[in-house]
Amino acid sequence: MLLSELKEGETGIIVRVGGNGALRRRILEMGIVKGTKIYIDKYAPLKDPLELIVKNYHISLRVEEAAQITVEKVQQQD
Amino acid sequence: MPEKKTITIALAGNPNSGKTTIFNNLTGTRQKVGNWPGVTVEKKEGLIQKFGYDLKIVDLPGTYSLTPYSIEEIVARDFVLEESPDVIIDIIDASNLERSLYLATQLREIDCRVLFALNMADLASSHGTKIDAGKLSDLLDVPVVFTVGNRNEGMDNLIKEAIKLAESSPDTSNNRNVKYSKDIENAISKIQELIERKAAEKVNYKSRWTAIKLLENDKIVKERFADKAGIPGQEILKETEVLRKYLLSTFDEDSEIVMTDDRYGFIAGIIKEVQTTTVKQRVDVSRNIDLVLTNRFIGFPIFIFFIWAMFQITFNLGAYPMDWIDSGVALLSSYAGSILPESLFKDLLINGIIGGVGSVIVFLPNILILFFCIALLEDTGYMARAAFIMDKIMHLIGLHGKSFIPMLMGFGCNVPAIMATRTLESEKDRILTILITPFMSCSAKLPVYIVLAGTFFAAKAGNVIFSLYLLGILISIISGRLFRSTLLKGIDAPFVMELPPYRIPMLRSLMIHMWDRSKMFLRRMGGVILIGSVIVWALSAFPRNVEYSRDYSSEIKQADESFNIKIAVADEKDKEILKTEKIAAVSEMEKLMSAEKTEKSYMGRIGKWISPVFEPIGIDWRGSVSLLTGFFAKEIVVSTLGVLYSTEGSDDKDALTNALKSSEMTNLSALSMMVFVLLYLPCLATIATIRKETASFKWTVFSIIYSTSVAWVASFCVFQGGKLLGLQ
Repeated sequence: MLLSELKEGETGIIVRVGGNGALRRRILEMGIVKGTKIYIDKYAPLKDPLELIVKNYHISLRVEEAAQITVEKVQQQD
Repeated sequence: MPEKKTITIALAGNPNSGKTTIFNNLTGTRQKVGNWPGVTVEKKEGLIQKFGYDLKIVDLPGTYSLTPYSIEEIVARDFVLEESPDVIIDIIDASNLERSLYLATQLREIDCRVLFALNMADLASSHGTKIDAGKLSDLLDVPVVFTVGNRNEGMDNLIKEAIKLAESSPDTSNNRNVKYSKDIENAISKIQELIERKAAEKVNYKSRWTAIKLLENDKIVKERFADKAGIPGQEILKETEVLRKYLLSTFDEDSEIVMTDDRYGFIAGIIKEVQTTTVKQRVDVSRNIDLVLTNRFIGFPIFIFFIWAMFQITFNLGAYPMDWIDSGVALLSSYAGSILPESLFKDLLINGIIGGVGSVIVFLPNILILFFCIALLEDTGYMARAAFIMDKIMHLIGLHGKSFIPMLMGFGCNVPAIMATRTLESEKDRILTILITPFMSCSAKLPVYIVLAGTFFAAKAGNVIFSLYLLGILISIISGRLFRSTLLKGIDAPFVMELPPYRIPMLRSLMIHMWDRSKMFLRRMGGVILIGSVIVWALSAFPRNVEYSRDYSSEIKQADESFNIKIAVADEKDKEILKTEKIAAVSEMEKLMSAEKTEKSYMGRIGKWISPVFEPIGIDWRGSVSLLTGFFAKEIVVSTLGVLYSTEGSDDKDALTNALKSSEMTNLSALSMMVFVLLYLPCLATIATIRKETASFKWTVFSIIYSTSVAWVASFCVFQGGKLLGLQ
């Protein structure tokens, strides 16, 4: 599924970062690479962009950008 | 005493790594702030003396990487490559080790002398992350120093280590590099070998690094390589293309993507060895704050409140010192007026220099306060949140969330607003924001609306003024979209933005920030404004000897004499009345004289000369002259109108209103004029700021021409459209 399809509070593991050019490279350079755990902290009040936690820091992506990232949903274990 | 030697130390690091704080700690107030050549990225450096050395500390722009996608990255990398600083201190945020190491590995690859400052390790360890600095140092073969920027700890150590490293012999055996996948490594070796064999003496970069960059298809390195290496270079580039194609077929990915993955893989290995995370149930203050500040329901109201408060403080609180400066300037010019004999120089000094520079220096309090507020928003981390919640709206115009602040400040004054675009990272966003911000109706335009709308629309004045503000916003949105799809085309800057943890700002850093910006304003603007003021003054003060249509001075004399005779024979009671009448008659004459003088000055002549341009939009020559003088500062439009309708200095508050009412001006032409004032070229101070902030003559001229054309077309539509509809 796509990163943009996850809901607040859900976690995914990155399968593939799509898109092209500078944006894709930039996303990868920020540490959003294959196999990384990514947590959806929240969506902005207008539902776009969204705040993510990856590698222990907070980052924000637009929904259209998050839609380029394929993830595998991790079932919550409390 | 050992001989003094200058060592250049560059500070590199991620944004929000505490780099600026460390820079401030190291250099204190001995900072020089300017721009990197050719771009508007701020360059800070400081010269200090320590341990018998002269140290030049250069603050590189904060970046996450050294791939040349943003100007900041290009600037930082070029400095490292071309200026070869003696030491680079890479500031690593200990709570963000993994991501920080990405930049670190790239610096390591360039093969310069790197030193790590592991910053805020205390905070990280209190959050449950422990870092084995010794091991980190071993694994990457880089000295590591602990620092706590906001408590000013570890600075001396950092400098000592940097000096030691600078004085050490350059290490040649660098085998602690990132190891890429086997196929990539093979390709790198192949290219490296080719470079060493065919182009080694021509290319001054390290061969492995050059090979890596060529394989990554790095545009800048490729161009420089082709320039320097000549024909063998072309062969190497061709060979690289072949290798890239091969790798693409192997990995089903571009090489640079695989290499980014590999670097993070390498980093993951290091992290596993040096970092231990004890999972503690910790209270994340930052997240708790964010629960409120970016809350779905109250996030916006709070944001609006902050902006409102910033606006209030900047323009209302700033109004007091502005008044003081204003009266100081007035005092100065009246003092100069009283001690200097009547002369051309006196006129130049008082009306040109003091008046002109004075009219700009009054913005200083606004700028100081505004930059203090912006520094506060940035240093606390709220700016990123403001961009986060505003991005959706700004994205509609093709802008970044952060563009909101400068555009909003435009309602107050465009000078600080345009300076505030510095917070935008992408140059395209910055230029776009600079181009559309002047359409936000600034406070100096308000007096013009008040007079014109008040005169011609009476009860509806409020609605008219409000509509003007809306029109400004609308035009800026349309312009934004237009530029985005034409001149400043290209993908929108991605919104890959870190939301740093909230921090308590340090007063010292806020003050330094505020002072730096203001100093720049004072210094650079001083020159342009001074010249501009003198030109505007000269245009309105020359020619000195106007040939009046009437002989005012003898008429004044006559009137004076005839009144004196009348007064002499009148009885006590009438004397007083006659005296008042005399003063009125004389001042009436003087006003007519000054009106004619303005009319016949070069400014007036230019105004008359260009008035055919303004005819189709319903503005007469008086209007065109006042619009011209409005170039100096928008509120001057009103006072010029006053002079031209000879009401200047009148005690009667409604004099101008009455004069305008009895003039040929109609409701429609007044509306057209207001629309023109709203949109036409920015004032001199703003233009100087645009020139400064875009660092481009072309964009400055474009902004002037564009806004004026838009203004004319809009006024034309209003005036001619209104006429067609039978309005007056």
